[in-house]
Amino acid sequence: MSILEGKGVTKYFGGLAAVSNVDFSVEKGEAFGLIGPNGAGKTTLFNLISAAYPVKSGIIRFKDKDITGLKPYKICRMGVARTFQIVKIFPDLPVFSNVLLGLHFGHSSGMSSAEKASLALEYLDFVGLTQVKMAPAKDLTLANQKRLEVARALATGPELLLLDEIMAGLNPTEVSQAMELVNRIREKGITIIMIEHVMKAIMNICQRIMVLHHGEKIAEGSPREIANSEKVIKVYLGEKAHATC
Amino acid sequence: MDITTLKSKKSLIWWTVIFTIFILLIFLPFYTQGYAVVLLISILVYVILTLSWVMFSGSTGYMSLAPAAFFGVGIYTSALIGKVFPFPITVLVGGMASFILAILVGALTLRLKGIYFAIFTFGLVMLIAYSLLFFEIQVTGTRGRFVIVMDYNTIYFYMLGIFMLLLLTTYLIKNSKYGLALRSIGQEEDAAAHTGVNVVGVKVMTFAISAFFMGAVGSVMATKLTYIDPFIAFSTTYSFMPVAMAIFGGTGSLYGPIIGAAILTYLEEILITKFAEVYMLIFGAILVAAILYLPDGLVGFIQKIWRRLMERNHVDT
Ligand SMILES: Nc1ncnc2c1ncn2[C@@H]1O[C@H](COP(=O)(O)OP(=O)(O)OP(=O)(O)O)[C@@H](O)[C@H]1O
Ligand SMILES: [Mg+2]
Repeated sequence: MSILEGKGVTKYFGGLAAVSNVDFSVEKGEAFGLIGPNGAGKTTLFNLISAAYPVKSGIIRFKDKDITGLKPYKICRMGVARTFQIVKIFPDLPVFSNVLLGLHFGHSSGMSSAEKASLALEYLDFVGLTQVKMAPAKDLTLANQKRLEVARALATGPELLLLDEIMAGLNPTEVSQAMELVNRIREKGITIIMIEHVMKAIMNICQRIMVLHHGEKIAEGSPREIANSEKVIKVYLGEKAHATC
Repeated sequence: MDITTLKSKKSLIWWTVIFTIFILLIFLPFYTQGYAVVLLISILVYVILTLSWVMFSGSTGYMSLAPAAFFGVGIYTSALIGKVFPFPITVLVGGMASFILAILVGALTLRLKGIYFAIFTFGLVMLIAYSLLFFEIQVTGTRGRFVIVMDYNTIYFYMLGIFMLLLLTTYLIKNSKYGLALRSIGQEEDAAAHTGVNVVGVKVMTFAISAFFMGAVGSVMATKLTYIDPFIAFSTTYSFMPVAMAIFGGTGSLYGPIIGAAILTYLEEILITKFAEVYMLIFGAILVAAILYLPDGLVGFIQKIWRRLMERNHVDT
């Protein structure tokens, strides 16, 4: 069953088609990879799904409901959470409060504040931030700030989680930890769409991958199919081969 | 002793202090000369305006220069209906009129960010003042209006009542999930929106609640002014002073803005009577110095010194 579906999704910035007539369908429970060279339109697609920008044309359906034109907070409450490529934590709030906000506003459930607080601690434990729970978020390392964004997104109780380059800028140990974290999120039954330049992670975690180039979808398939696609190698893997090593 | 009992002991002390201060304030008119009450009314006006300003602008970081607009709407409400209705109703209507104006203005402008929002809200003050002036001269054929007169003690008690209500409201918001939402909006609005916060709703509602208190205090202030015209009611001073006082006292705590407003009002009174010609100059210099040397306001500065002293004590023992 498809949990998220896009038809003819398009977005222009001035004359530039950042996302152009893209169709996609994400299955419930899968990890769906989104790759493409810099400026391909990956983040823009996330911004369209989460309603940071309005779409110019096309339609996006979440659980068979049309969500195009809804406000970001509505989409979040329906069960779509996200992280940001350039982290957007609340710098002066304690780590704990960053997560608590998600429990207060991302849910419509009638939890007591004690239940919310204990759940916030659970999410912090889940991503491994228990030690620093009372520190101002700005004092965290980049890797920990990215974990915090994941915890905050999880706190809104999502069915679909959009992860935008949570491994960028991390060292190899941190990348493995992040991969393991993504797998544990999937085990909770949460569907994941992840943008990543770290090929090892995408190839290991995702069942299916979609490739964007200049705003257009140029390929879609299993990791093996993508890795062997002439078109993809030409526009993306070829260029990246020297960039990643 | 563990942290929670320490905390509750500290808050118990705080509540006792606050309670005592209020008792003293309530009985003040009965044991002082007239001047103290007059001075306290001036202080309360600015304390209420400053605290209301901080309620919205302090946490969200949206710099509103609209206080004079909401204050003025309260003043005008009082001039228009003060003679017809019992005074508590007038105060309520003054607050509600500002509340509604704030919802309209907020829905229109709260997508503006930074300096644009500040300029728009300031423009609002001018727009209302000049439209009213035009209306008064063209339609009613007058320039100003007389307001019902009340004795200082009554004015004082109304102000004190509004102040208590405002303090309670601010405290409740601060400690609720909406307080957290406001702070998150101030720090990273996009992230707040994608974490489920109805950012426009929270901003407009808080803007309107803060405007209610500005309008209410305006309706009471009108009776002290006795005669008003559009430029008395919508004087831009009432937009700039709350900002200056909040920055001077520090917006990080509840008592920062109160202390800032109290000290600067007192200072203004002294300077006006003693150095009438150069008072604005001295006042400005003090503000500039405060902004340069007290980044977290007076209260933030004192807290820093206090912490340093405590640390030294620890080293000594
Ligand atoms: N807010 C914006 N205003 C104008 N142009 C934008 C905006 N956001 C993105 N773009 C442009 O749209 C195109 C797609 O950008 P996008 O951020 O979606 O790429 P991306 O695939 O996420 O790239 P990267 O891998 O570098 O993150 C780029 O050409 C970018 O310059
Ligand atoms: Mg991107």
